[in-house]
Amino acid sequence: MPISQSDIEKVAQLAHLELGEEELKTFGPQIAEIVAYVEQLNELDTANVEPAIGGLTHEGETTETTRPDEIFGSLGQKTALSEAPDPAEGHFRVPKVL
Amino acid sequence: MSRQTVEFSITAAERLNETLNAFLQIDREGALSRVKEIERGGQGGPLAGIPIAVKDNICVKGLQASCGSKILGDYHPPYNATVIERLTNAGAIVIGKTNCDEFAMGSSNENSAFGPVRNPWDTTRVSGGSSGGSATAVAAGIVPVALGSDTGGSVRQPASLCGVVGMKPTYGRNSRYGLVAFASSLDQVGVFAHEVEDVARVLGVIAGRDPQDTTTADVPVPDYVASLTGELKGARLGFPRSLFGKGLDDEVKSAVESVVDVYRDLGAEIVDVELPNAGYAIAVYYIIATAEASANLARFDGVRYGFRAEDAPELRQMYRKTREEGFGPEVKRRIMLGTYVLSAGYYDAYYRKAQQVRTLIKNDFLKAFASCDAIITPTAPTPAFAIGEKTDDPLAMYLNDIYTVTANLAGIPGISVPCGLSSERLPIGFQLLGPYWSEEMILKLAHGYEQVRPFNERPPISAS
Repeated sequence: MPISQSDIEKVAQLAHLELGEEELKTFGPQIAEIVAYVEQLNELDTANVEPAIGGLTHEGETTETTRPDEIFGSLGQKTALSEAPDPAEGHFRVPKVL
Repeated sequence: MSRQTVEFSITAAERLNETLNAFLQIDREGALSRVKEIERGGQGGPLAGIPIAVKDNICVKGLQASCGSKILGDYHPPYNATVIERLTNAGAIVIGKTNCDEFAMGSSNENSAFGPVRNPWDTTRVSGGSSGGSATAVAAGIVPVALGSDTGGSVRQPASLCGVVGMKPTYGRNSRYGLVAFASSLDQVGVFAHEVEDVARVLGVIAGRDPQDTTTADVPVPDYVASLTGELKGARLGFPRSLFGKGLDDEVKSAVESVVDVYRDLGAEIVDVELPNAGYAIAVYYIIATAEASANLARFDGVRYGFRAEDAPELRQMYRKTREEGFGPEVKRRIMLGTYVLSAGYYDAYYRKAQQVRTLIKNDFLKAFASCDAIITPTAPTPAFAIGEKTDDPLAMYLNDIYTVTANLAGIPGISVPCGLSSERLPIGFQLLGPYWSEEMILKLAHGYEQVRPFNERPPISAS
């Protein structure tokens, strides 16, 4: 499947990336080459093959993953905010949304 | 005693870092104060006073976790990864955080935002990746043990290129809590050491169920060290002849074939096996890994931690600018590719198809393991290549992982063991792959080889 510059721009928008002119130019052909490579999978007939779900083994799938509903400590507001680029009044502050 | 060992490691790390660029942070003060605590408490533990290096995508409280990325920069996680909690409870001393490809995406460490790691065997060559700093730290004798993460070979491949042992266990054997997620269905924490026994010892400490990671399995952790009996008689070793063909360097081929002869001499039975879909593994991997990465890396948006771009007065603009400035080219390329294969109209053609072929690859292994206990392959198709040699060709770079990605796709354990030097004095490694939860068997086989063919060579850049 050919990949156009506008496809690349659309994907960049979906991925929240603001690519520069140079990147738009180099990524297009590189991604097209990789996509062409992965299309070799179409050689295989997988009509009756179940897709794998994650990487879990049988033992992993059957492991009990619930726990008793008990309250335990958490990071707390101060620590949770300690690495934020712009914390304010106990919140994560962001630029205007609208 | 342990103080001297830790001091030695820290001093070596500091002294060699200008040459090797293996560490992104060296924690002299913290490490020495931990030693003091252990001395004061008289506390033992199976790893008491052992210095370790930790890949910079694994959270160690109080130290940075940049993941080799500008977007996390000097991020300091407020908690320990479960594997770190277990190691430090066993007495191990974290001396620093090691360089890696950005978010573990790469096979050469050239994708680190902080410069490539240099191979201690030849500093013009790559260390392999993505856990190149950890592999190098062990290879250069700075630390006896290091942790890395392995999503498509990121422990085993650099282990091979640097001449050390590197292991990725079964998916669900180790907790991923506190390992910064790249591709969640493939990621596992792995261990580097000079000798198989040390890998076994450390794996025994970090392995096991963790309520913080629901993908860890409730499978008992055996005494891995006790499994190293040296008794290989009757073991059945699968030899996938078709993987020893095109694209494999001649010296690597003959080195690994000699390993097969050694196993035969040790009493193992060599069995021919087929992995008919192995050739599709890279294609499957680059769909699944990038799809998962595009979702996992959505969290880096300049709001809760890490870097935020300036001069972006509107929210969405801030996200885009932050990600544009914060991520390096390979990470962006993979986010783009992952977003593309998951986007409307393409999901079935790419992602679903890849998950179906993943099933075929899993089934190939199940079938092969019906007739053997482990499979032997090269770890990497060539010894370490030159820095800069493959950076312009992402696809050629991806093909470095041809022998290692299958284990991540199937979820099975694998180990890389050094088996000699090339004519240019560069390490060559072989890989053993085993069925689910067969860590004891592949450790035993690896150790059995090491007993008769110990790898005693040391690189020119070395701490001792």
